[in-house]
Amino acid sequence: MSWITNFLTSSLGKKLVMSLTGLFLIIFLVVHLAGNLQLLFDDGGEAFNIYAHMMSTDPLISVVAYGLYFFILLHIVQGILIAFQNRGARKVKYAMSNRKSNTFASRNMMLLGLLIFFFLAVHMGDFWYKMKFTNELDMVTYAGYDAAVRDLYTRVNAAFQEWWIVLIYIIGLIALALHLWHGFQSAFQTLGLNHKKYTPIIQGLGKIYSIVIPIGFAIIPLYYFFVK
Amino acid sequence: MKLKLKIWRQKNQNSRGGFSNYTVEASPEMSFLEMLDVLNQQLIENKEEPVAFEHDCREGICGTCSMVINGQPHGPMGLTTTCQLHMRHYKDGDTIVIEPFRANSFPVIKDLVVDRASFDRIIEAGGFISVNTGQAPDGNTIPIEQDEAKKSFDAAACIGCGACVAACPNSSAMLFTAAKVAHLGHLPQGQVEQSKRVKRMIAQMDKEGFGNCSNTYACEAECPKGISVANIAKMNRAYFSAVVSTDEK
Repeated sequence: MSWITNFLTSSLGKKLVMSLTGLFLIIFLVVHLAGNLQLLFDDGGEAFNIYAHMMSTDPLISVVAYGLYFFILLHIVQGILIAFQNRGARKVKYAMSNRKSNTFASRNMMLLGLLIFFFLAVHMGDFWYKMKFTNELDMVTYAGYDAAVRDLYTRVNAAFQEWWIVLIYIIGLIALALHLWHGFQSAFQTLGLNHKKYTPIIQGLGKIYSIVIPIGFAIIPLYYFFVK
Repeated sequence: MKLKLKIWRQKNQNSRGGFSNYTVEASPEMSFLEMLDVLNQQLIENKEEPVAFEHDCREGICGTCSMVINGQPHGPMGLTTTCQLHMRHYKDGDTIVIEPFRANSFPVIKDLVVDRASFDRIIEAGGFISVNTGQAPDGNTIPIEQDEAKKSFDAAACIGCGACVAACPNSSAMLFTAAKVAHLGHLPQGQVEQSKRVKRMIAQMDKEGFGNCSNTYACEAECPKGISVANIAKMNRAYFSAVVSTDEK
């Protein structure tokens, strides 16, 4: 089996793990945003609560969700290990270095990743944990839907009335935008996909994605805080 | 023109180095290395130790000159080695900070001279073709499509100076290794050993303690020969395919 460990511990093997888990998370964000945009419906949270119930009870989705938790943790742990190894590769630092040869985001992927991680801890502690492991959320029933569902909508509404929670979301999403600004196209480069035929398309899509997706997420807390 | 220089001085690999300040009178038509020659002459006349720096062809083709000038390997001009950098790009009274290339895998030998033997060991691991491919006329008997020949030649332009490692925030040697892999891999003579070559060169690169590539592309920006990071993607593809196709572990 040693060819597998040789591969996974090689610099390129480690990068491949970062790339593939990153791409998985990029796909996840689209699905997550599509679901969350139901919070903008003016239906007292019916569509969102039923959706949230389905997401936490459907067995197929549970399997994907455990995969998601595993990939997030793998991406974080591997990313931190790589970043420390990379820093350690130059023990004596430069007195002067040129900041123009690369971007802020590309140099600070670990810092941005950690900001996203702290945001995630707040985010999941507030919604996911309360939904799955406590009875803090009231049960509600809707006409035309058999099961009683947890009222996550009311919790979301309450959270987004707090200015400091909204601020944490905005900071987390700015960090996410910068992380994606570098990460999207970087994932394809690591996979070996770089060609003048399609690299400009990947770079363009990456820039659009890294702006549109975080703005899509940011609309929700801002709408609840300022409009609702 | 009068210049203030802040130069890294280090006696040997084990001693602690530090910056020393000098002033030098240069003229705009001098190359950067000629300006340092003037400084060294001055130091010798004052019975001081001259600054050790590497140089050989002074034509921009050998890859021997190194040094980081005001935070940039080979200085501020694109596609230019230190020896081809001229003092006309500086103004009277400028302060110039000169440091050696920095990476654990490039230990300082003295002052601005670093040991780049780690690159030699990457080449020894697989950057060659094992059979005798003959002389230039023999090469010319094998027809190679122009676009492939050009890609090979673009990669072969790498002079192995190490500016990619020096510029990389992770001290990664991926651009150098990728250039060597692409140079041989685009030619039919190099194809036979390509999978083993990629695996062995990357294994050696990792063993030498270079950092992992995080696609910041600082290497491409600072490379005096304009080697493209597309070569890195090509090497990644070749490596992933080599992992599942070679018998080697």
